[in-house]
Amino acid sequence: MALLEVSNLSISFGGLKAVNEFEITIEQGELYGLIGPNGAGKTTIFNLLTGVYKPDTGQILLDKKNITGKKTIEINREGMARTFQNIRLFHNMTVLDNVKVGLHNGNPYSTIEGILRLPRYYKVERAMNEKAMELLEVFGLQNEANFLASNLPYGKQRKLEIARALSTNPKLLLLDEPAAGMNPNETAELMETIRFVRKNFNMTILLIEHDMKLVSGICEKLTVLNFGQVLTQGDTATVLHDPQVITAYLGE
Amino acid sequence: MKTKSWNKNWTNNAITYGMVIAAYLIVQVMVNTGNISSLMKGLLVPLCMYVILAVSLNLTVGILGELSLGHAGFMCVGAFTSAVFSKCMQSVIPNTFVCFLFALLVGAAAAAVCGILIGIPVLRLRGDYLAIVTLAFGEIIKNIMNAIYLGKDSKGLHFSLKNAAALNLEEDGEMIIKGAQGITGTPKVSTFTIGVVLVLITLFIIINLVNSRTGRAIMSIRDNRIAAESVGINITKYKLLAFTISASLAGVAGVLYAHNVSSLTALPKNFGYNMSIMILVFVVLGGIGNIRGSIISAVILTLLPELLRGLNNYRMLIYAIVLIAMMLFNSSPKMIEFREQLAEKWKKKPAQKKEA
Repeated sequence: MALLEVSNLSISFGGLKAVNEFEITIEQGELYGLIGPNGAGKTTIFNLLTGVYKPDTGQILLDKKNITGKKTIEINREGMARTFQNIRLFHNMTVLDNVKVGLHNGNPYSTIEGILRLPRYYKVERAMNEKAMELLEVFGLQNEANFLASNLPYGKQRKLEIARALSTNPKLLLLDEPAAGMNPNETAELMETIRFVRKNFNMTILLIEHDMKLVSGICEKLTVLNFGQVLTQGDTATVLHDPQVITAYLGE
Repeated sequence: MKTKSWNKNWTNNAITYGMVIAAYLIVQVMVNTGNISSLMKGLLVPLCMYVILAVSLNLTVGILGELSLGHAGFMCVGAFTSAVFSKCMQSVIPNTFVCFLFALLVGAAAAAVCGILIGIPVLRLRGDYLAIVTLAFGEIIKNIMNAIYLGKDSKGLHFSLKNAAALNLEEDGEMIIKGAQGITGTPKVSTFTIGVVLVLITLFIIINLVNSRTGRAIMSIRDNRIAAESVGINITKYKLLAFTISASLAGVAGVLYAHNVSSLTALPKNFGYNMSIMILVFVVLGGIGNIRGSIISAVILTLLPELLRGLNNYRMLIYAIVLIAMMLFNSSPKMIEFREQLAEKWKKKPAQKKEA
């Protein structure tokens, strides 16, 4: 069953067709990679999928539900969560609170209940703390729970961002260059984490990445993008040996 | 780890509440033993008012992270609506305290409504633009209050923006708002005790709000709007909520003010942008987002000009120097470094003594 079906997706900025008739189909439980040279439109596609930009044409179906043109918060509630290329954490909040913001919508109590500290406040807060600590443990951040997010080392900030995205209980997780700026050791660790997340949370993942070792190591399928258009799609091994892809990346 | 952070939070809040209560008790003892000048006595209620204003503005500036320069405007709304309410209801509700309680609710509600009405268009802006527009709205509110004529007779309320004659009052009619002359004869019921209770309520609301689900949502918008949206936080809703709560608490401060003066007029001095900026100075000086700091700086900066009154012309000069010195002490990176070094040394000394 296809979890995400995108067809004919296009957007232009002024005269530039940033994304042109983009298509992708991701099955439930797949680990899918989106690659392409700089400026190919990968992040623009993420922004289109998550509602940051409204597409000019095309249709996005998430779990057979049409989410084209909806707002970011609605799309998040439908079950799509993302991380960002340049890390966007809540820097002046603790690591624990960062995850608890992600748990916001799943664990409601009213503002009045919060101010007056009614019983539901304590009940929901306790549940939230437990869930958040569980998630932090998965990413090995449990000992830093009370640190400010800005005081975490780079690699752990990346992990916290993934943890925060997962806390919204998504069906599809979008990772925008999760290994950017990481050393080989951290990248290897990240690969393990991504595999673990997929297995443990039964998650479908779409990731943008430049690190070919990571891409060939964990992605089952790839879509290659060049100048806003799909160059080729298919199994990782086939795609990476496609002469067209090699040309796009290395030049002729 | 969890319990540790909870404890730390709890102690922190207990210190804040305790500080206010201790200050109240000390002042009460001083008043009862006659160790306080009448000048200082007169300052007690304004002091509470400034603390409420500073703490409530901290919600907008420190927690929500948006610069608002119209805080005095909301205070103005609270002051005038509650004064009108008190004057009209004086004869209906004989108990002055009960009447004041209702006036409090009316003032807070009116300021909140004003906050929502202004917040909806204004909160689309950010940063400097928001500051300028809120500044303008604050001035507009003040000037409207200056132009209103309101009177009451057997036929009901009469309203005009022209002059007193345009009201067409009956002979036994009573003027309530006399344009630029404002409202006179509001019952003077504000006391230091009421003021401190209101300060504590304000603290209770703000501190509990910040440490709840709603508070986290508001802070996440401050830290990163795009990320907050991506995890499903409704930006507009929480921005407006924070702005409205902040406005309604400013309204409470206005009620306290209106019931402390014999004639209430909307002057640049009390409701103008000078006032808004002074409140902002309290907040910035106390540390943006630091509730306890707001209280302390509001108290010091209110008392300072009065304590220096003896120095006449040099008064404002010293005030300015103290302001600059405190600002540097609080926020200059070099000073923060120096303070941290001092704190470390201080921590080490007792440890060494233990070893010895």
